[in-house]
Order: sequence, then C-alpha cells, then structure tokens
Amino acid sequence: MIKVTIDNILIEVEDGTTILQAARKIGGKVVPPAMCYYSKLKGSGGKCRTCLVKVSHCSTKDPRPMPKLVASCSTPVQDGMVVENLTSPEVIEARRGIVELLLLNHPLDCPVCDQAGECDLQDLSFGYGLEETATEEERREFPVTDIGDNIKLHMNRCILCYRCVYTADQITDKRLHGVLYRGDVSEIGTFIRNAITNDFSGNVIDVCPVGALTDKTFRFKSRVWFLKPMNAHRHCSKCSGKVSAWMFGNEIYRITGRKDQFGELEEFICNECRFEKKDVSDWMIEGPRHIRRQSVISANHYEKMKKQSIIKPIDGLMEPPD
Amino acid sequence: MGGKILLANIDIPGIRGFDVYRANGGYVSVEKALREMTPAQVGAEVTRSGLRGRGGAGFPTGLKWSFLDRKSDKPRYLVCNADESEPGTFKDRYLMHHLPHLLIEGLIISSYALGVNTCYIYIRGEFKYLVGILEKAIKEAHLNGFLGNRLLGTDFSLNIFAHPGAGAYICGEETALLESLEGKRGNPRIKPPFPAFKGLYGCPTVVNNVETLATVAPIISMGGEAYSKMGKGKSTGTKLISACGNINNPGVYEIELGLPVEEFIYAPEYCGGIANDKYLKAVIPGGSSVPILPADLILNTSKGERRLISYESLAEGDFETGSMLGSGGFIVYDEDACIVRNTWNLTHFYRHESCGQCSPCREGTGWMEKILYRIEHGKGRMQDIDLLVRVAKNIEGHTICPLGDAAAWPVASAIRHFRKEFEYHVEHPEEVKDIHHGSLKIETRSLMPESQTGIKYW
Repeated sequence: MIKVTIDNILIEVEDGTTILQAARKIGGKVVPPAMCYYSKLKGSGGKCRTCLVKVSHCSTKDPRPMPKLVASCSTPVQDGMVVENLTSPEVIEARRGIVELLLLNHPLDCPVCDQAGECDLQDLSFGYGLEETATEEERREFPVTDIGDNIKLHMNRCILCYRCVYTADQITDKRLHGVLYRGDVSEIGTFIRNAITNDFSGNVIDVCPVGALTDKTFRFKSRVWFLKPMNAHRHCSKCSGKVSAWMFGNEIYRITGRKDQFGELEEFICNECRFEKKDVSDWMIEGPRHIRRQSVISANHYEKMKKQSIIKPIDGLMEPPD
Repeated sequence: MGGKILLANIDIPGIRGFDVYRANGGYVSVEKALREMTPAQVGAEVTRSGLRGRGGAGFPTGLKWSFLDRKSDKPRYLVCNADESEPGTFKDRYLMHHLPHLLIEGLIISSYALGVNTCYIYIRGEFKYLVGILEKAIKEAHLNGFLGNRLLGTDFSLNIFAHPGAGAYICGEETALLESLEGKRGNPRIKPPFPAFKGLYGCPTVVNNVETLATVAPIISMGGEAYSKMGKGKSTGTKLISACGNINNPGVYEIELGLPVEEFIYAPEYCGGIANDKYLKAVIPGGSSVPILPADLILNTSKGERRLISYESLAEGDFETGSMLGSGGFIVYDEDACIVRNTWNLTHFYRHESCGQCSPCREGTGWMEKILYRIEHGKGRMQDIDLLVRVAKNIEGHTICPLGDAAAWPVASAIRHFRKEFEYHVEHPEEVKDIHHGSLKIETRSLMPESQTGIKYW
C-alpha cells in the first residue's frame, strides 16, 4: 500500500493506482474532472487535459516537484506523493485555459442539444468556464450524420475524447469507427459512411461526455430533467439487462446504462435493450435511481432535500449547492 | 575552426558507395568495437564522450542508453529517428544522402552496445528517395559481412530495415514514431511508460536521432576522451548546423560546439554574412520550434557575453532572453523579414501538423493561426496580441507531447521580442495588406553587430 496526499487529505492506495483513481477513493470535490478517461476502457485518458494536477512532491525518495502539471488519469502514484488539485491556483488557471480551448469550437447549442442536463462539458464550463468568449473566429462545422439506424453523430459538438473509439474497439467485435484526419479538422468517422450494426454499438452514446453521439429513438422527445430515471431490468440473452429507464409518468422515453457517481457505466448494455424495448411491460421496474443533488435532473426529486441558505458566498469557484 | 568529424570525407567522389567509403577508413570503428571491446565498454565510451542527443532535446545519449531495460527477456530494438521535419532543419537528409554508410556504421556499433538484433530507420515520408539509398547501403553492408548473422565472426547478429513514414511531423516524436512504425495512427503515447521499458511492440526500445547515431562511429574510432575534448563545457563534439534564410551561403555546416554565433553568421567559410548587404534582424537558432531571438540577443547574451553555438550558451537567460540549440536549424532573417508573417507561417505549420489527440494543442494551434492570420492581413485588434500570449501560455506544458510547446514558443517569443511590430500591424492595417516585409526595419538598423563587438568577420 502506498500513501498519497491529495489536497491535504492522506489516503492509502494500492501500487499502480493513478492519481485520479486515488482521488476518486477520497471522493467529493477532490476528484479532478475527467472528460476522456473511462476506467472501463483500456488505454483511455490523457487526452482532454482537464484532469491536470500539480505534483509538488514526487515521492519520499525523490522529493522534487514534477516540472509540469501532469494528467492525473494517467500518472501512477508513488509513495509519499503530494498532489495539489483545488488547492493550487496554477491548476485552476490551467483548467480554465483548457475549458476555454475545449469550448472554442463547441457550438454551445445546449438549448437544442439532447445531452443538456447530463453533459460533462456543461458541468465543467459551469465550474471553470469564462463568462464571455474571447474568440471571434468561426467555429468549425461538420454535417450531422447517421452512424447506424439508431445513432446520430453531431461532430460539431465533439471534443475528441476518443472514448467512443475505444468502446468501438474494445466492446464491439468489428471496429468500423475511428478518428479521421488530424489536428483541428480531425473527426470521428466510420470510414467511409459505414453503418455500425454491432449489438453493443449503442454504448458509444453513453460514454460520450457531450452531445456528439445521441440516441435517435430519443431525439427531441423530452429534456432529461423532465424524466425520472428508474432502475429496471429484464432477462436479456446478450447483456445483463440491468438498465436505467427514463420515465415520464408511465411511459419509458429512453433506456440507458446505469451510471455510477463518476458518470461511468456500471455495465455495458446491448442495443436490443437500449433501442427496442420501450414498453413498460418489457421491464421490471425496481425503483428510482439516486441522482446527485447537484444535477439538474434531480430538480424533480425531493429526496434528502435540505434547506438552502438564500445567499451563498461565491469565492472564485462557482459551486453548485451541495 | 575545429576539426570535422562527420563530414570529413564528404567531398570524396563516390563516398556513398561501400568500396570508396571502406577505402577511406570506413567500418574500421565497427571492427574495433566488435573485435576489441565489450558492449559495456562501447556504452562507457559513449558516456565518456559526453555526446548529447542531436534531435533537439539534447539529452545525454549515454544516460539514455543506460535507462534501457536490460532485465527484460523481450527483444530490444534500436530505432533511428530519421523523421526530420522541423522547418529549417535539413542536416539528417544531407547526412543520409551523402554518407549512408556512416549512419549504418553508427547503427551497428550502437546496436552492439545495446544488445539489439533488429534496428529500424524510420524515414520521413517526403524523403522517400532516401529509402533507396539506405537500402542499397544496407545491402552492400550485408554483402560485405557487416550485417546479418554472426557478423565479423562474432556472436552478434544484426538486421537493419529502412521504413518510410507517411509524412507527418508528429511522427518525429519518439512514441508517435513507434506507433507509426507499428502500423497505427501516429499519435504520441502517454508517458510513462517510457520507450526504454515499453517501446516498439511493447519491448524495450531506444530511439535516437540520425546524427546522434552517426556520431557514435567516430567516437569509437577516436575514443570518447578525445571527442569530449572537442567543444565547450558540457556541449562536447561537433554539430551539424543547417543554415538557411537570408544568408549568402546556406547549407549544412559541421561546427565544433562553442563557435560564436557572430562568426558563424558572418565568416566566409560558414554563412558568409547576410545576403544583399542587408542587416541582421533575427535568428531562430535551432529549428522552428525554438524561440526566435533578435539580432542583439543572438550575438550577445543579456549579460553581455558573446553568444556561442552550444547547448548552454544558446539557452542562457532561459526563455526571457535566450533560446535553444534544438535540432540545429539555423534560420536567419534580414531587416526586410516580417516577423508577424513568419510567425503566422510557423503557426500554420503547427496547426497543420498537430495530431489532434489532446485538446490544448488541437484547439490552441488552430486558434493562434486564425488570430495571426487576422493580424497579418490587417484585421487585428490590440487585445489580440495579449490574447495570443495567453493562448500560448495555455498550451505550453499542458500537452501530451512537446509539439504543443513547440507551437507555443515561437509565438510567445516573437511577441516578447517584436511586440512593436505586431502593434504596427494592428495600427496600420492598410499598409500591411500590401507590404508584408520589414515594417519596422528602421529600428533594427541600430542592431549592427560591429558596433557591439568590434570584431569584423565580413
């Protein structure tokens, strides 16, 4: 076991753990935001750079600080390491810069985006975004394409986190999905205009941190915060059949996988469960899923409601009420 | 000044062929290393020579070799990085074009020192004609018993393969190179693990520049001790400098490290002064990614000492008043050069060559290019200059590989040293639309080298 200090909190983790995983063990505000890292996808991480942290003390053996900010999702911890996340102004400043760059070519079409309300980029810009944009350049534009019968690709919104590429590579057996071109014209594509027909291809929708990959069966049906996510299951020959069913009244609007507190799928589900079983009679409804109080989706849920003080001091970081 | 080591025999006709090369003392160092020395002795000799990586970073080669995971039971690889794509740098092409056997000689000795049996030369896609030259040289070496199984009657076997890339600047980054060599998309890997432990095909790998590996051969024949006596301080030996820009004699020069920059620019045996009797305005001393320096700072450091071509002297004053030796692409600008246009041109290159994997580099390089395009074409605003500095700062140090830094440094340094010229572009939008060059030439006239040093080379 290795001792690490993250934002003055000491924790013991196993050898080979990354800084991000160690921070997730602590939980709460210490956890750096991660747009591209996905613990269930091998090789993911290191690309979005939002999880940059400062290592002010490498290890007990080598007490020097690391020269640059490091990506916490891909840097393994060492014994005696001291990590600064929110306590370091340098990290906050860098993260603000990264968010500005991520939003540079993002169309900011949240009002018409299906992901709004459960979008990682929205949360991130709420925490670290600038009030106004500094750019007057035109944003890059791509046509909206269909990849397969049930998935819509809005390349304009994509932040190129590569999660869907790793999903297509690792979860589905035949990869038809990758990154084309390079630099700021690179795009997610199915060379050339292929349809993804694999049974597990729908999971790319759930791993997408933004609204680039959306569910065509749910498109423009409802805003997510009007729906109630319910735990549901059915007997499925392909996957575990454990899903969350997003319901309005007695109607199922969409099916997604169950996401944990870090926004990651607990289990990947198959396309049949996701796209075809939209009737309540198909599912055993277990009960409501727990939603973080910070999420806008919880607006219609009154569990564990606390009385909020009306005036909340804002210092530097805008934080949603806990 | 200084002896030539690498390019000593370059003028001999037919030196590209095996027979002429062998007749002029070629492959003697291979015989010496394989017959008289153990691999550890070869490594120690390279460490003693103080040879530093010639690809740009200047990392000590002996130290890099010592990191190689020798405990692993997997095969080890040596990869020669011939993906020379930095604007302004063309020394490796020259070396491989004229002296392919020197590189192969260096590869054999390095492979022997590292215990490598398979060696790859990763050649930039645009240098496709070099593949033929190198493959011919490899074949000749095979026929003469310097490659293949049990070469020179020892237990050591080696095969060298020349592999052309598809023409991407990013594949010069060592982990992107390895990805590309494996047949994947040339995206840099996230480090750690470093190639010394998990490189090509997951095996321990050493990646070195062409010039570094070629230098190993003369180091063995002359001895590391003798080599380390050349040069100045920790910058030992000689370096190929590819000089280009507004100078009288552009080309590749082998210099002993520690040569004054002023002598290099003005001496007739090197660049021969600025073309058309103009004045020096600025120099990018080590390939396009290193910070640009104005004439007064490239000739003398901020402390008033003469600036020398060496790793330490060029870096004197850090990035505030210094630069880097980099890969040795020496780009000289005369008084008519427009720094804004040049910076835009470089940014355009980095935007085009960014792999698009990590967000600061992907978005930032494009943004900087768009802003500089506007400033250059008379649509800039005053706040754009500060915005550029901020964007460059947001990219620098936050990316996976050094391409982000390489894209940010030229912009940051150009604004640091030539801010007035950027402001001039913003203030005179009509003028800069038509005249692209030398908007501020009158001010730079005071930066004549003679007035500061009293030494005249021209």
